Amino acid sequence: MNTDTKQPLLEIRELRVEFPTRRGSLIAVDGVSMEIFPGEVLGVVGESGAGKSMTGNAVIGLLEPPGRIESGEILLEGERIDNLPYEKMRKIRGRHIGAIFQDPLTSLNPLYTVGQQLVETIQTHMNVSEKEAEKRSIDLLEEVGIPSAKERIHHYPHQFSGGMRQRVVIALALCAGPRLIIADEPTTALDVSIQAQIITLIKKLCREHGTAVMLVTHDMGVIAETADRVAVMYAGRIAEIGPVAEVVKNANHPYTHGLMGSIPKVGHETERLTQIDGSMPRLTAIPTGCAFNPRCTEKGPRCMKERPILEPVGNSFVACWKFDPQGTGAESEGST
Amino acid sequence: MSDMLLKAKGIARYFDVSPPFLNRVIEGSRRQVVKAVDGVDFEIERGKTLSLVGESGCGKSTVARLVVGLYEPTDGHIEYEGVNLTDLNDRKEEADLRGRMQMIFQDPYASLNPRWRVSDIVAEPIRHKKMFDNKEDVVQRVGEMLTQVGLSPADGEKFPHEFSGGQRQRISIARALAGKPEFLVCDEPTSALDVSVQAQILNLMKDLQEEFGLTYLFISHDLAVVDHVSDNIGVMYLGRICELTETKELFSNPRHPYSRFLLDAIPDLEMTGRQRIPVAGEVPSPINPPSGCTFHPRCPFANDRCKQEVPELRDVGGTRVACHGVEENRLESTG
Repeated sequence: MNTDTKQPLLEIRELRVEFPTRRGSLIAVDGVSMEIFPGEVLGVVGESGAGKSMTGNAVIGLLEPPGRIESGEILLEGERIDNLPYEKMRKIRGRHIGAIFQDPLTSLNPLYTVGQQLVETIQTHMNVSEKEAEKRSIDLLEEVGIPSAKERIHHYPHQFSGGMRQRVVIALALCAGPRLIIADEPTTALDVSIQAQIITLIKKLCREHGTAVMLVTHDMGVIAETADRVAVMYAGRIAEIGPVAEVVKNANHPYTHGLMGSIPKVGHETERLTQIDGSMPRLTAIPTGCAFNPRCTEKGPRCMKERPILEPVGNSFVACWKFDPQGTGAESEGST
Repeated sequence: MSDMLLKAKGIARYFDVSPPFLNRVIEGSRRQVVKAVDGVDFEIERGKTLSLVGESGCGKSTVARLVVGLYEPTDGHIEYEGVNLTDLNDRKEEADLRGRMQMIFQDPYASLNPRWRVSDIVAEPIRHKKMFDNKEDVVQRVGEMLTQVGLSPADGEKFPHEFSGGQRQRISIARALAGKPEFLVCDEPTSALDVSVQAQILNLMKDLQEEFGLTYLFISHDLAVVDHVSDNIGVMYLGRICELTETKELFSNPRHPYSRFLLDAIPDLEMTGRQRIPVAGEVPSPINPPSGCTFHPRCPFANDRCKQEVPELRDVGGTRVACHGVEENRLESTG
């Protein structure tokens, strides 16, 4: 889609993730395509159930069974990684793709010191002696802003506070110098002041290491501060994808537009927030046509039948018939 | 002059977190006390909204529970319409006063009994207060309440698990309103919800406030939400209020260094490209709080006095601030 001369670092093509159940398959991710270029931060936003975490998990090969990639391709630096055997994927995870999860307490092993976990990870992926690995661990901890790293390396995860733990997790993700980091809600469990520290840290590290980040979050504020481009997901599909300034300031898709209006903003004298009535459809009952049609205020008959495809609007791509030359088909029916 | 519905005067709540008796004897460890709330004063005008904001562990939820009587205060007292709630001897009068306040909790999944039908959940306060004599009236009132919050009376037959998070929070609100309260304590009512659903609930709460003249005590960690709903804001840090002022005043002219930091930490949706300076450090452990002003280890303006003397909440041009720096005019007043 993007006509950049650079080769994308990560390319997702028509990804479809399904959960087979007795009553048919639930489609958690439906035909999602996106690209991440080296050094870029791509934000993936959406409300709960939008399939944003599923997309991230599919990339690192950590879909929980019975969930599986039904169709589509995931390419890392031009090579397919979605169909690799388990052992091969293990080598890529950590070495080429790092991961940061929401809850720093559950992503660290409580029985090992932080140093042991860092050394283990470094030695798994790089051919270095234990001494060198330990030195690198201390350097990493210092880099992510943990004071007196030399002593802290011998501490257990429970001896760290939430913000410090998340820093350790970031250090772990950076261990082997991956080109891509999947950050799944990295700041959601943290307080606002700590959240600001972590965002600043992630931004700084990406700039310095040239690491690309797929930032999965529900928080538009975090995206606006951090991401270069953003993909808005709804019911397993991409509703809009484009440069962050454009999506945040002049959202094209009715869903993004409503979503932006529903976020309370400091210093705005608004009596009422824009509200999108209803809620995200359940995976068992995704409407035909555009998945957003029951909540949309601008829908037409075409939206009820035909599923919109991503089409260029300005610098973004939007999946809405509103922008199609044929329109939503509302004209013929009248605007009632 | 103004009509104060609720006044909290120096309320405090300490929790004993000592190790068990045997450990104390054998290991010689001492008793430990967490001062979750340590001397908080505020008042709420009838029909207005006071919000308490702060990071986790600052004691804002404990204040909410103290106000509705889920905890007994260790010190201080709470006055409701001038009646001291903490030493009421008349049980009937206390039940009557308590019945006029209700609470909405954070987690709509945990605050509704999964084995009760929605109609029973909403009818509970009605039955408890014996508002009606016959069943038909109760059923009708439940139906009215459900319609009020945007559900249908037929939903009363369902169980809580059949609803989404936002709908459950609506049921919580319907339950809270069923007993015709005049004062609602809302403890993070929207933080478990998605943004689009949060907007629905915040709008609903505003509509209900206008319609019934409700008074809210709103607890939240989200400054943007607080800015939207409240008339007055109290910023809390480690069990104390460090700034208490009108909403507009706080956002246009924050005085306490901690308030300034919090405002600075809000992610910038306007995309102005403003560089933020995040607050250094973290909230200290409330078991062993710093001496003097508890914020001094993170405060760039701290001096020796801040390390020793606990600042009191003082009036500074219409705002109440607990800061030696503001009092001595050491802080340059650039917002």
